Amino acid sequence: MSAKRLLLVASGGGHWVQLARMSPAFDGHKATYVTTLPGTQPPSPSAKVALICDASRSKPHLLILLFFQLLWIVIRVRPEVAVSTGAAPGLLAIQISKLFGAKTIWIDSIANSEELSLSGRLAGRYADVWLTQWPHLTGAHPGLTSYGGVL
Amino acid sequence: MILLSVGTQLPFDRLIRAVDTWAYENGQVEVIGQTGHSSYTPRGLKSFPFLDPQKFRSLQEQATLHIAHAGMGSILTAMELGKPILIMPRDHTQGEHRNGHQLATAKRFVDTPGVFVAFNEQQVIHHLRHIENLAAPASTSAKAPDAFLSQLRASIEGVRQADRRADSLQPGTLSTPRRAS
Repeated sequence: MSAKRLLLVASGGGHWVQLARMSPAFDGHKATYVTTLPGTQPPSPSAKVALICDASRSKPHLLILLFFQLLWIVIRVRPEVAVSTGAAPGLLAIQISKLFGAKTIWIDSIANSEELSLSGRLAGRYADVWLTQWPHLTGAHPGLTSYGGVL
Repeated sequence: MILLSVGTQLPFDRLIRAVDTWAYENGQVEVIGQTGHSSYTPRGLKSFPFLDPQKFRSLQEQATLHIAHAGMGSILTAMELGKPILIMPRDHTQGEHRNGHQLATAKRFVDTPGVFVAFNEQQVIHHLRHIENLAAPASTSAKAPDAFLSQLRASIEGVRQADRRADSLQPGTLSTPRRAS
């Protein structure tokens, strides 16, 4: 197995902590982490962290800036696989990575135990692997699957 | 030292006010708050709108108790550090979040050792008046379970067959939060 170029995207806070808990799965690959919170340290010291702005439903005016930030990151990294735990910026990262031929993996946050997040529902169209951390939710959407939770 | 935090996105003054009320009345314990977009002026807290992630992390490591909104970042980090955490969920019907997932999270963690749940301001103050009961748990591994990691690795490396089928469930995982042994 040759090392793959991975783009690993999570907003600051819970999305990021969950992505960090998955970091052993990325060992041996070329990981580029992307997050929204300036000053965030990567889970492994050798990995790089790129910053994006934190656009959301309450801050839609930042979406254009976010789009170009992510486009630039995807063009530079050329990810073979893109993984995101959310939220909205992660969804956009998955969509753009998919356009550039990456395999895409969406892992919906463990916080969404009763229904998928809005981003998570939309991610179903763009994710090659579409995961919830709550197995009882898999029946709600065809194609949604689960590897269990990060906790 | 007690650390209070409410995330970086949305205000949560009900929790800040409750903790501040107790801190002012107590007067003994140092309480440091990352209070975000707050319009409340605290009397008993040492409050900062936002702290640098590394500074915040070191406060999480030093704190004897973390008080937070019911966000997974705070809960997971407290569990990984073996710190007790008191959580109060945001109420979306009061405009404190976009949906009710924090209430669901709070309910899920009611029985988790080291996680103490308050559903309103009175319960926050009640817990804090009996702070000696908020015992530290054993620390939880900072890694996802091996079964999760191996399946994710297989998906990344392209060797997994049944990615988009609903039959690859892990039965029995996550009905309750898993603890490190």
